[in-house]
This record gives sequence, C-alpha cells and structure tokens, in this order.
Amino acid sequence: MSEIASEDTKLTPAAEEGADSLTRRAFLVAGSAAGACYAAAIGYPVYRYLASPSEMALSAPAITEVTLKDAQKLPVASVLMFKFGTRPAMLIHHQDGTWVALTAVCTHLGCTVQYEPEANRIHCACHGGVYDSNTGANVSGPPPKPLTRFKVAVGEGGVQISRT
Amino acid sequence: MTTKTISRSVYGWVDERLGLSELGAFARHKTVPVHAQSFWYYWGGISLFLFLVQCFTGVLLLVYFRPGAESYESVRQITFVMRFGWLIRSAHAWSANLMMFSILVHMFSVFFMKAYRKPREFGWLSGMALLGMAAAFGFSGYLLPMDELSYFATKVGLEIPAAVPFVGTAIANMLRGGPEVSEFTVQRFFALHVVVLPALFLPLLGFHLWLVQRYGNAVPPSEEARPIALRKTIPFMPNFLRKDLAMWLISLNLLALMASVFPWALGKQADSLVPAPAGIHPEWYFMSPFEMLKLLGNVLPGEAGEIAGLLLFTLGIALWVLIPFYDVSQERGRRSRAAHYFGLIAVFLLLATTAIGYWTIR
Repeated sequence: MSEIASEDTKLTPAAEEGADSLTRRAFLVAGSAAGACYAAAIGYPVYRYLASPSEMALSAPAITEVTLKDAQKLPVASVLMFKFGTRPAMLIHHQDGTWVALTAVCTHLGCTVQYEPEANRIHCACHGGVYDSNTGANVSGPPPKPLTRFKVAVGEGGVQISRT
Repeated sequence: MTTKTISRSVYGWVDERLGLSELGAFARHKTVPVHAQSFWYYWGGISLFLFLVQCFTGVLLLVYFRPGAESYESVRQITFVMRFGWLIRSAHAWSANLMMFSILVHMFSVFFMKAYRKPREFGWLSGMALLGMAAAFGFSGYLLPMDELSYFATKVGLEIPAAVPFVGTAIANMLRGGPEVSEFTVQRFFALHVVVLPALFLPLLGFHLWLVQRYGNAVPPSEEARPIALRKTIPFMPNFLRKDLAMWLISLNLLALMASVFPWALGKQADSLVPAPAGIHPEWYFMSPFEMLKLLGNVLPGEAGEIAGLLLFTLGIALWVLIPFYDVSQERGRRSRAAHYFGLIAVFLLLATTAIGYWTIR
C-alpha cells in the first residue's frame, strides 16, 4: 500500500523502481484476481447471450416422430423432403411400391443429398458421394457412414415417421 | 535459449521495423500537469472508455438485431428471449447516455480551461465534430427498437431539418426514406448508425487522440500565470495512466449498476394510428434545443418562429465552434473574459431550458 500512498508525493518514475518487491507482488496478485473477476463477470453473460440459440435448440424437446399429412398420396419414384426436428430428411416412394425414410444430411460434410429416381440412388452434389436409396448404405465416394433410416408407417391420413 | 532471450529477440526484430522503443520513450517522457483543475483531464478518457463500451455492446446487439420491418420483434427477442440480452441492451443505452454526459463535461472543461487556443484549434474543432456525430449516433440509435417512444421522437426530431426554408422537406424525406417514419427509416438509420457514422467517427477520433499526444494537456490560464518552475507535473506512465484506469473502472462499475438496476425499457410497438403517449419528451441531451424551439414558438408563432429558431441555433453553434478564432488572447485579458461569460451563458441556457423542459412535461 506504501506504493499507492507515495504516488502523489514522489513525482518521478524512479520512485516506482524502489517499491518493495513483496508489496509489488501482492499488488500484482490482487490486481490479477480482481481483473479475473471482472473478466468473468463480463464474459459469462456475453457467453450465455451468444450461446442462446444453441441453448434453445438443446432445450427443445427431442423429436421422435413426425407425421406427414397426405404423404401416402406421394406418386411412385418420387421423393418428399421434410424436416425431422431441425434436420432435413427424405421420404422415398420406390417404383416397387416400398417406402423408405432417411436422413438427408450427407455423412461426409453435411450437404443435403438428393434422390435420383432414374438411377435409383441418392447422390450428394457437393463431393459426389452416393448412397443406396433402399438402405441408405454409403456406396461410393467420400461418405464414411450410411444415412440413418427411419421407421415408416403408411396410414389413411398420412405417413408416420419415427426413430428406429 | 530461455524465454527471456526469445522474447527479447522477437521484440528486437519487431522494434527494428516498427520503432516500438520510440513509442516507449515517448510514453516515458509524457507528463500531465497537476493543479487545482486536474480533475477535468479525466473526462476525455472516460468518454473514450464509454465509446469502447458502445462498440463492444453494439457488436453484440448486432448479432440478433434485424433492421427494417422486423426491428421491434428482434429487439423484443433480444430483451426477453436471449440470455442477458436485456443487460447488453441496457448497457448500450446507459453507456450512450453516460458517454453523452461525459463528452459534454469534457467540452465545457476544455472551454473554461481555454484549451482550444493555439496550437489546439484542431483539437477543439475535431472534438465538436465528434460531439455532433455522437448526437447523430444517439438520434439514429434511438429509433432502432421502433417502439412508441422512438417512433415519436424521430417523427418530432425530423421536423427540425424540415423547417429549413426551401430544401427542408427534401432533407427530411431523404432522412426518413419517404414522407412518414416507417421501416425504411429504420433501415437507413441502421445503416447510418452501424456503418456510416463509425466509418467517419473512428478516423476523426484517432486524429483527436493523436493531437492530444502531440500537444499534451493544456493548462488553464490560472496555471499559465504561475512561473514554469512552480508548475507541477506527474509522469503519464504509470502515474496518470493508473488514475485514468481507475476512472475507467469507476465508470464501468457505475455503468454496470445503472444497466442492471434500471434496465432500459422497451415500450409498445410503434403504430402510426395510436396517438402519442402522454408526457412524451426527447432524450435529456436533446431537451434543451427542443425546449428553446418551443419557447421561441410561443413568442413568434408559426413558420417565422421556426426559422428564427434555426437561425439562432446556427448562429450560437457557429459562435461556439469558432471560439478559438476570436478568443486568441494568451493572457487573462478582456477578450478572454468575454469568452468566459459566453460559456457561462451557454451553460445557464442549457440547464435552464432543460429544467423547464422537464418541468413542463409533468
């Protein structure tokens, strides 16, 4: 504390050099601690503020089931894109009448994939990944994993899609 | 090699190219005068600190704010949905007001210490331009939440340029983006507030601060009258800097207190079909000109009063801004005293009209 008290009376920088090293260290430690408190008091609200959207997404109830109204009328060899929770997904009505629902997010780098009825495959335009349109298995190109399959229940009023 | 030798050689490399040691030597030799009025030296620094707070909180608000038709909804979201959004918005609004206050204190202290005299004329002029821009920041930022208060404040405020003869309507329409305050107004005020004004303000602030380094703190005439041997100074590094930082810390604490204990309100969404709420009034720093125009309107009703008011304002501001060019006396002479009285009258007029303004809204 002697250092602070001397500030107004000793008017040269040389006065600073002579300060007691222990006092100086204590001052630095106390100053750093106070600085850390301020940094935390400012940093915490700023972090929570910036993280709000991801917090809200996390706290939203996890979607386990989606009902697509009137989706049973989907013609064969065509696809219906929909959102399962926050992520895109696809419902495919195959030529042979079977139904398949898959996530539509490429397992490589996250582009939205496309169903190609003429080749009967799922293709990712970003880096040329190819998936099997019946199973979602990664067939060729960079994708490391298959697309996740959903359970499909076709009813009178619509198609119900749920996690397996 | 030890860390010390590495850091020394890195410093040497950078220093050789950027001349850091010259800066260091400059900082070591910089001194600040010590006298009875030294307290007023802090206010420029406090204004600078609050401006930095404005930049920081402003960028944070920018993360969620959506200008145009959605502006009210996005400010509602910031205030009530995003975590601590109310605090960041409140800090931005409070800091704006505190900054305006500290800039005004800074200006009047410079005025009464006669720090605008040779060679500091550019410091005064750039400071006045910065004050004008700070007012423009305040006016444009006030509209952005697009609640009832901001809507009517902008509507009324733009009547002042509209009163300029011949070109007034065109100017007001250009600022408004049409004949009425609307989402177009918010959009262009937003562009002004976050792009145009900062782009103009920052270089001018740099110039202002560079001038302070170049000429140092001015001493008031009372101190000039003393022989140089009797004048006291303290080194800027670290003595004055430490006091400066202490003032910043006090400002930060005051700001945190105000922003959290008195969170800035958000009114109802602006609606041109809803009448203006009772007791509506401009922000305190616009209260004085608003009240002066109102008082003048009582004496000289109609357009004559508006034009007379604008003329008087323009004249008063021009006299104020040009003070370094007619108060050139270096000693305490008669002309100097005239400037002193001019300053006192200005302070009295500002305080009196502000008080009347607040008195009459109740």
